[in-house]
Amino acid sequence: MSTIICHQICKTFRQGDEIITGLDHVDITIETGEFVCLSGPSGSGKTTLLNAIGGLDTPDSGEISMGELRIDQLQRGPLADMRLHHIGFVFQAYNLIPVLSAQENVEFVMQVQGMATRERADKARAILAEVGLEGLEKRRPAQLSGGQQQRVAVARAIVSQPDLVLADEPTANLDSVASAQLMELFTHLNQDHHVTFIIATHDKRVMRYARRLIRMQDGRIIADEAQG
Amino acid sequence: MLSVANLHLRTLLTLSWRNLWRNHRRTGIMLGAIAIGVWAMIFMTALMRGMVDDMLNQGIHNLPGHIQVQDPTYLDDPNVVNSIAAPGAELRKQLDQLGAVAWATRIKVPAVIASERETRGINLIGIEPAVEASISGLPALLASGRFLESDQDSGIIVGARLAERLETRLGKRVVIMSQDPDNNIRERGFRIVGIYRARLPALEEFNVYAARETLQKLLRIEGRISQLILVGDDYRDIAPLYRRLDQLLPSTLQARTWYQVDSYLAAMFNMMDGFVLVWVIIIFLALSFGLVNTLVMAIFERVREIGLIQALGMRPGLIVCQILLESLLLLLIGLGIGNGLALITIKPLESGLDISAVAEGMAMMGASSVLYPKLTTADLLLANSIVIVLGILTSILPAWRAARLDPVRALNTT
Ligand SMILES: Nc1ncnc2c1ncn2[C@@H]1O[C@H](COP(=O)(O)OP(=O)(O)OP(=O)(O)O)[C@@H](O)[C@H]1O
Ligand SMILES: [Mg+2]
Repeated sequence: MSTIICHQICKTFRQGDEIITGLDHVDITIETGEFVCLSGPSGSGKTTLLNAIGGLDTPDSGEISMGELRIDQLQRGPLADMRLHHIGFVFQAYNLIPVLSAQENVEFVMQVQGMATRERADKARAILAEVGLEGLEKRRPAQLSGGQQQRVAVARAIVSQPDLVLADEPTANLDSVASAQLMELFTHLNQDHHVTFIIATHDKRVMRYARRLIRMQDGRIIADEAQG
Repeated sequence: MLSVANLHLRTLLTLSWRNLWRNHRRTGIMLGAIAIGVWAMIFMTALMRGMVDDMLNQGIHNLPGHIQVQDPTYLDDPNVVNSIAAPGAELRKQLDQLGAVAWATRIKVPAVIASERETRGINLIGIEPAVEASISGLPALLASGRFLESDQDSGIIVGARLAERLETRLGKRVVIMSQDPDNNIRERGFRIVGIYRARLPALEEFNVYAARETLQKLLRIEGRISQLILVGDDYRDIAPLYRRLDQLLPSTLQARTWYQVDSYLAAMFNMMDGFVLVWVIIIFLALSFGLVNTLVMAIFERVREIGLIQALGMRPGLIVCQILLESLLLLLIGLGIGNGLALITIKPLESGLDISAVAEGMAMMGASSVLYPKLTTADLLLANSIVIVLGILTSILPAWRAARLDPVRALNTT
């Protein structure tokens, strides 16, 4: 994977007669292997920015590229392929397929990628154990707590070691011990496997792990600083 | 590449199967509707087939035969002069080897029958009693008396109506008059040895049967016949027999299939397939509303999920496949139940379903009052493939629309 460049991206939403600014001329460059936190008040555009980078939503104007790929210009099919093979997602609200068990949810992406049954089952079990869900593999999402569901989603996002992980409030439902463990896991993947992380969060404990902290407000970037 | 497709199929199958059983009630109702629809398609088709088949068989018996051979002039003028030579030893052997179920020679001329009180015009038919059962089924229609016993039998068989009109009865003598090839009137007394009842009253009044050789003598046409009649295995498929026969016959003779002989029967036969198709499609249309509704509801209920799998990188094409697969599973299970129901209900009725109470008028059309449902593989295949093919086609639109959902919006639907 290569450098992600957002150039002057704008996105507005229309709600009735009102026009809401989602992103307002955002410029950022994120290098391979960075560990970035997006912070900012509710409604500041964090999710909108993650969606634009992940190719889930097309900006109204501006350019987004990932290496050679112009994400804002890809068709639906190639965009889906790009997400499938290069990006791991943790969504803010809805993450798991209700008719699949925890393990099947984790395997889902690998399955669509075409990975062999045995291999993906082993990987799924290992990653579930790593996020502390050993023994819960067979449960359906409805039989898991909010925090457990969140960890299944995280496990799915990182299991096939994508180039980029886009995580929206990954610790929202976790206690401090669990969220610290999760951040350790992210840090490990970032340092040892050069997975790029962009994490949108309100959580101060999460921001401590970031090596670059981007603050947003009203759809604009108001601060972008490296941290020790 | 194949293994990837295989993996996809398994992923999609898992999703489809589990989604199908998410709403037991809805799936159950839809399965019931498909099963009953398919049952109605197959059951009614079998009844119609049975009825039409019976009418056609009856009609062909009355002609009689699947193929008739005669002198071309005989068709315009069924006179003794237009007779043909009876097949010689060589031709008889070839006819035996033709693969026909039965073949027979026949004499059929206009004649006059007279009792002590009445005189009427009739068709005088000279038959070979031994094979007549396979040719016209006449022996089975006998109501009283006996059937003709040999080619030289001196008795005749008349219809019940004709006996009534002539004010005569079994065992009485009647006189039959006709012309020989030299236009001399020939006449002879016959004893009525049998009386038959036909489904069509008109036939009963006109067809009078005697032994073939007896008539040849009477009409002075020894060694000659009016027609050669052949019956094959199946009236639906007589073209091969016709071709083989055609190679045997001298070009002066004309062979005609039953559908050339009787265009009404041919029309009935040809329309039947159309009827079945229309019937199957009408039922399908009723079903399709339910099917589309079920799918639309099923999709509506899981917009977020569809948004999620799109966001995770499942291509729109695979999403279409998943939903079509769900529809296909529903259809296949429904078809399974429907076919089962049809088999269970048709099998016991194959020995005959008496509808005389509700269908008095049927006899007038030459149909029997007992229906024999007829389940054919072709009809089964037709009903099943129409349900599957059209079912999938009607599912394409909802599936395509699901795949076009905007992932972000879909994910944020509540
Ligand atoms: N689909 C939408 N329709 C209308 N407005 C939207 C839509 N999505 C986002 N917005 C608006 O765009 C702005 C940015 O939203 P966004 O979801 O990116 O904020 P956020 O920073 O992720 O907030 P939070 O921390 O609450 O998740 C908000 O004002 C929001 O109301
Ligand atoms: Mg958000």
